[in-house]
Amino acid sequence: MTLRIDRRNILKLGSGGALALSMPRIALAQATKTIRAVMHAPLRISDPMFSTAWTARNHGYNIYDTLFSTDSQFQIKPQMVESFETSADRLVWTFQLRSGLKFHDGAPVTSADVLPSLARWSKRDSMGQKLMEFVVEMTAVDERTFRIKLNQPCGFLLQALGKPNSSVPFIMPARIAATPADQAVTDYIGSGPFHFVTAEFKPGTKAVYERNPDYVSRNEPSDGMSGGRVVKVGRYEWISMPDLQTAANALMGNEIDYLEMPPHDLLPALSKAPGVELTDYNPLGYVGTCRMNWLAPPFDKLEIRQAVLHALNQQDWLDAQIGNPDYYEITPAMFIAGTPFASNSGWSTKADVALAKDLLKKGGYKGEQIVIPNATDVPILNALGTVTAQALQAIGMNVTLVPMDWGSVLARRAKQDPPTQGGWSLFHSGWAATDMMNPLGNAYINAKGKNGGSFGWAEDAAIEKLRDDFARTGILSDQKKISDDIQKRAYEVVTYIPTGQYKNPAANRKSLQGILKAPVPLFWNIDKVG
Amino acid sequence: MLSFLWKRLLATIPVLLVVTAVAFVLLRLSGGDPAAILAGDSGTPETIAAIRMRLGLDRPLIVQFVQWCWQLLHGDLGNSILSNQLVTSMIAARVEPTLVISLSTILLSMLIGVPLGVLAAWKRGSWIDRMTMSVSIVGFALPGFALGYLWIYVFSVKLGALPVQGYVNLADGLLPFLSHIVLPTLTLSVVQIALIARVTRTSLLEILSDDFVRTARAKGLPERIVLFRHALKNAAVPIASVVGIGVAFLIGGVIVTESVFNLPGLGRLTVESVLARDYPVIQGIIIVFSGVYVVINLLVDLSYTVFDPRIRY
Repeated sequence: MTLRIDRRNILKLGSGGALALSMPRIALAQATKTIRAVMHAPLRISDPMFSTAWTARNHGYNIYDTLFSTDSQFQIKPQMVESFETSADRLVWTFQLRSGLKFHDGAPVTSADVLPSLARWSKRDSMGQKLMEFVVEMTAVDERTFRIKLNQPCGFLLQALGKPNSSVPFIMPARIAATPADQAVTDYIGSGPFHFVTAEFKPGTKAVYERNPDYVSRNEPSDGMSGGRVVKVGRYEWISMPDLQTAANALMGNEIDYLEMPPHDLLPALSKAPGVELTDYNPLGYVGTCRMNWLAPPFDKLEIRQAVLHALNQQDWLDAQIGNPDYYEITPAMFIAGTPFASNSGWSTKADVALAKDLLKKGGYKGEQIVIPNATDVPILNALGTVTAQALQAIGMNVTLVPMDWGSVLARRAKQDPPTQGGWSLFHSGWAATDMMNPLGNAYINAKGKNGGSFGWAEDAAIEKLRDDFARTGILSDQKKISDDIQKRAYEVVTYIPTGQYKNPAANRKSLQGILKAPVPLFWNIDKVG
Repeated sequence: MLSFLWKRLLATIPVLLVVTAVAFVLLRLSGGDPAAILAGDSGTPETIAAIRMRLGLDRPLIVQFVQWCWQLLHGDLGNSILSNQLVTSMIAARVEPTLVISLSTILLSMLIGVPLGVLAAWKRGSWIDRMTMSVSIVGFALPGFALGYLWIYVFSVKLGALPVQGYVNLADGLLPFLSHIVLPTLTLSVVQIALIARVTRTSLLEILSDDFVRTARAKGLPERIVLFRHALKNAAVPIASVVGIGVAFLIGGVIVTESVFNLPGLGRLTVESVLARDYPVIQGIIIVFSGVYVVINLLVDLSYTVFDPRIRY
């Protein structure tokens, strides 16, 4: 073939050449863009299956990929999985991975990596543990196909594999997934959209991620956690700043680009700062909990637990904790307002002091000491302890608020000793709303008592029966009915009390565009312009 | 002198041993459990017990202590419970900012504090003296974090002249390096300047009333020579002591200042490790800090021989 030299061909060659020359520049511009983000806490433990810390989960989303993911409407969508099918009796599920998936070391992602990853995850995660009660075997059919056989139909298989919050079933190379579940991995190879720059990792100070050029993104647009995961910057630096006032100043001074969780009292100043905007990226937000110890008197008695429920007013907690009603929602929904299983059954959210005093009398309260370990180093939890103590004192309970740091609360809540001998009566904690949005993932609905229940060790056979029913059915309307029954029963026996739902928008420079709405701060799809 | 050095170095061994034992026991008695932190919200008593066993925290305290001392004798500070990194590497990675800020603070404090104290003593009772003493009282009273925020508001937020936070290595350029250490140094220096100025003034006033100073003046020596060559040299011993004590104060101050200015130093590592009950890291830091104290005390003692030839070891 010969190319005639005329004006038209010269123009074609010229424009093609210009485009070709500009491509490296576009790639270079992308590669030199860095997002500097101050997250709510520094990264210390970097194994998202070993640790339930949000930091470990966020790190996991950067460097690992998931089989399924949750979209903005809480629907489960395939992520690494290309296609899947189930047998007519819903006992055999066959999944095929997308082609071309690679780990950061260049090795292909295969079924042989998926199976040990799921096995390791299921040892640490409550939904994973529940799922394994249904699983007969998991087998690799070929490099890209694997099969899960169940002993009975399971209604939450996909919800478990696509769960957005800790612990997320991330897929690791088989050799890394072979690490015992009670040991943290030390090799950070994943197949996610970023790779971890180990050489620059300073635990507690800085973690650095770079775009994974080999990542095969889905073609669909990003939607919540699902869809395409296109990285538009070259580097993302996770900087730790213990002082949030300094972090806010750094954001206003353009020294950082993103502040994940500014305290609510700094939001007015940040919203007015030039070049800064607030982004409500997490539509469900967070929820606080008040949990009683069922093993220790007086909370081993039903009426006393009910007295506490009716002594408390959710708005008092939220006013003390958040202050601004624009950022909180009063709701009794144990499975989170705004989700498919939201329900208003079981509790009015308002105090009824007369009823509470009456229940206290019926329960035969003898002035036993109520010990509340209170985390004074976490302001948002400290407020909850103070409000609860006042409310319980108002109905005549003998309350001792024990100030300590969060690390001490974590140690104390694990103790089953009597409250006056190093144990506890009641404590508060905070959760990502998505942790609580179904009866299997919500740890405080678990009513297995001392045999597998969460701190507080609530025990109720009726709830456990309903949870099993929920796990078996795959029909949404049935699941909604069952979850409503569970909530009613949970309030009846008082497994825990939600202290209210609240949002905490991020603050970012306006130059960041494309921040996704999702229950987790995600750094794909974000471009840095200007 | 050499035998003194040997004796002092040998004396550090029991000091470090006692510090190590006290730190070890206090940490275990302070409440909190790294296994409970690691187990997280889905942890059960069984999970926590398994993690405790893997970390060796279920063994008797004395066994854990002996094991740690054995590691220490081999130069091994162990691994972080949380990140699994070597404690020595973690400490090494955090030493530079703390060292730089401490040295710059001591240098600035001496450069300002000593002349201020000399001036106040020389002009005793004058407005300079009264002003120096008043300012030093304010310097003592102001908490470091409040000063830090004040400097950030004025120099970074309002004037935009200096960065709000962070640390830049000297290798990345002299100007960025200096611009990042100015505000933390200023914050830490205020108390040190106040302390050094007051001690210099008091010490110098005592010397200035001595007979040899009167004689020097009577012989017609210029006031500059009397003050700096004769009086200040004799007043230097208490000043050197106070600078040594100042370093101890500095380590406490650095913890707060590193948080306010987001400096990735040893102070922040201490706080983070304490909150996370990362025992090996806390123990490692305590050993390092104790070693630093011992060395500084030794240097201060040795400096006395320079200022006062009558002192012999």
